[in-house]
Amino acid sequence: MNAREKILERIKINKPEETSLPEVSTFPNEFANLQETFTEMLAAVYTEVVPVKNIGALLAQVTDRYQGVTNRATTIDALMPWADFSLTVNDPHELETLELAVLKAEFGVAENGAIWISDDHLSHRVLPFITQNLALVIPASSLVGNMHEAYQKLTDTSGWGCFIAGPSKTADIEQSLVIGAHGARSLVVYLLEDQ
Amino acid sequence: MSKPKMDHATASEAFNKDENYVDWHDETLWFVRQKRDKASKVLPEWEALREAGSQIKHYVLSHLDELLIQFEKNAQQNGVRVHWASDADEHNAIVLDLLRKHQITQMVKSKSMLTEECHMNEYLAANGIEVIDTDLGERIVQLREEPPSHIVLPAIHLKKKDIGDLFHTHLGTEAGATDPQYLTEAARQHLRDKFVTRRAALTGVNFAVAETGGFVVATNEGNADMGAHLADIHIACMGFEKIIPKQEHLGVFLRLLARSATGQPITTYSSHFKTPRPGQEMHMVILDNNRSVQLGRPDFRNSLKCIRCGACMNTCPVYRRSGGHSYHNAVAGPIGSILAPNLDMTKNADLPFASTLCGSCSNVCPVKIDIHDQLYKWRQVLAQQGHVPKAKQMGIKAMSVVLSQPRFYQWSGRIGRTLMRSVPFMVNNGLNPWFKQREMPEPPQESFRDWYVRNRQD
Repeated sequence: MNAREKILERIKINKPEETSLPEVSTFPNEFANLQETFTEMLAAVYTEVVPVKNIGALLAQVTDRYQGVTNRATTIDALMPWADFSLTVNDPHELETLELAVLKAEFGVAENGAIWISDDHLSHRVLPFITQNLALVIPASSLVGNMHEAYQKLTDTSGWGCFIAGPSKTADIEQSLVIGAHGARSLVVYLLEDQ
Repeated sequence: MSKPKMDHATASEAFNKDENYVDWHDETLWFVRQKRDKASKVLPEWEALREAGSQIKHYVLSHLDELLIQFEKNAQQNGVRVHWASDADEHNAIVLDLLRKHQITQMVKSKSMLTEECHMNEYLAANGIEVIDTDLGERIVQLREEPPSHIVLPAIHLKKKDIGDLFHTHLGTEAGATDPQYLTEAARQHLRDKFVTRRAALTGVNFAVAETGGFVVATNEGNADMGAHLADIHIACMGFEKIIPKQEHLGVFLRLLARSATGQPITTYSSHFKTPRPGQEMHMVILDNNRSVQLGRPDFRNSLKCIRCGACMNTCPVYRRSGGHSYHNAVAGPIGSILAPNLDMTKNADLPFASTLCGSCSNVCPVKIDIHDQLYKWRQVLAQQGHVPKAKQMGIKAMSVVLSQPRFYQWSGRIGRTLMRSVPFMVNNGLNPWFKQREMPEPPQESFRDWYVRNRQD
C-alpha cells in the first residue's frame, strides 16, 4: 500500500461517527453604515480611505498625492498617461524596483477593512506585495458587511486571489507594531462614488 | 523513544530565575489575550460563530477521508500536484526530492509549524539545502538556532536588545540598536534579497477547501506571497486536518482566526491559492504523522479541530510563566500538551501535567476544543501506561489514601494547619515545590468542616 492508501484506510477505520454540518454557518451583517465601519477598520491599521467622485477626480488625487514619486504603475486605463512604469513584463522579478502601484480591486468588507483582489485584476500576482507602496481602487457601492457576504460574492475565487487589509506589518519585535515588513509599506484605498 | 533534555518543570524553573523577565513575558502575552477579548466582544454573534466553527470541524473529522479525496481531485484539476506522507521522514523526503529534481539548493519558507514538527530544516540542511525562514519572528529564532517559542509569535520570548545584538552579528546593524522600526527595516532589506533570488518557496496552509481544491495562507507580513509568487516552484505543506468542506466556511474561520490569535479583525493578507501561475509548479504535501492514530482516540480526537490561533497559550497561566521552549515540542502550551503525547508518549509524558486545569484554554478556543478535559484525561492514560515518574506516582497514591478516608483526611488537615502555624519553616522552604515562586497562604484557624459542625450545633 502506498502512503495515500495507508492514510485513507487508517482514517476510515478511526474516524468518529458521522455528524452533520451546522444548520447556521452564515450570519447577517450587523453594521449599519458600511462605509463608516470600513473606513474605521482601515484607519486602525494606518490606511486612509479616500472617497472620490469619478475616475477624473481619482487622477487628480493621485497626481497630487504622489508628486515626485517615480516608478509608478497602474492597472486603470484612465491613469495610464500618469504612470511611468510598464507592467507588461514577462518575469515578475522585473517589478522589483516598483515604487507605487495603483490597482483596480473588486470589493471591500466593512467588518475588517479587507479588499479582494485577484488574477482577474492583475498581470502578476506579486504586484500588490512587491511594490513599495500600494493604492487600491474599488467602487464605493461594492462594500459588503461581513465575510459571509464576501464569500457569497466569491463563488469562484479564480486562480489566485487575496484579501488585503492594510499595509504589510509585523509585531515580532517585543510586540511593537512596525509597518512595512515585506510587502507594501503603505496602503491608500480609493472609493469611486460614480460606479 | 528518547526523553527530552529537560522536562517541563525543570525548564520552567530555569525560566523563572529572572523574576522581572517572567513578569514581562506574562504581561506581554496577557496583553495579547486582552486584545482577543476586545475583538471578540465586538461581534454579537461570536459565540454562535465558535459553535459553527466547532460543528464544521466535527463534520470534517467524521468525513475526513471523503473530504481529502475530494480535495485531491479538485486540486489536481486545478493543476496542483498532490503528495501524501505517512510520517515526517516521508514528508521531508518528498520536499527534498522536488528540490533535487529542479536542482534547487536554496529555498524561502513562510511560517509552517508542520515543518517544525517534521524537523524539516535540519533534514534539508544535512542534505545540502539552505532554508531561509522569512517570517520576521521565525528568521530571528532561526538565526539564534532555536525553535519558535509560540506558534503565532515565534520570538515572543525575546527582548529588543536580544534581537538588536543578533542583527548586529548577522545583518550588520549598528551595535546597541534596539529600535524595532530600524531592526525590521534591516530584516526587510535582508529578506527582499532572498525573495528575489530563490526559485523555490514553501508555505504552510491555514485552510484547504475540499469543494474547490484551493487553500488559504494567512500572514501579516506578506512573506508567504512574496515567496510563492516569485518562485518557480511553490510547495505547500499541511496536516490532513486542515481540510474544510466548503469555501463559504472560510467566512466562519477567517472571522475566528485572527481575532482569537492577536485581536485583529483579519490578518493583513489572506491569500487564496487555487492554480499555479503560468509556468509555475504548485505542490501540496498532505501529512499524517500519527494524526490518524489521534483520530481513533475518542477522548483526544477533538484536538485535531485546532486552527492554530494560539489563544490557549496567551491565556494559559502556566505557559505565560514558563515560556514556549519549556514544552520541548513544536506546538507549545495547552494545545501542544494534548497533541504531543500522541506523537511520543515517553518524551512528552510531562506536558499534560504542565497545567492548573483552570479551563481558560477551553474558554477561549475558537473551535471549542475541550482542552483542559483532555489534559486531565491524558494524565490518566499516561499514569496507567507507566509514563509517570515514580515520585509523582507515589504522591498520587498517598493523596488517594488520604482523600479516600474522611477521618484520616481531617486528621491530616489539622496536622498541616498546626505545622504551618507553629513551625512555618517546615513548609516555607525550597524542598516544598508549592513554595517555589509563591508565598504560602495564612493557615486558617479551623477547617470548613469544623466550622460547619460548630455552626450547625448553634
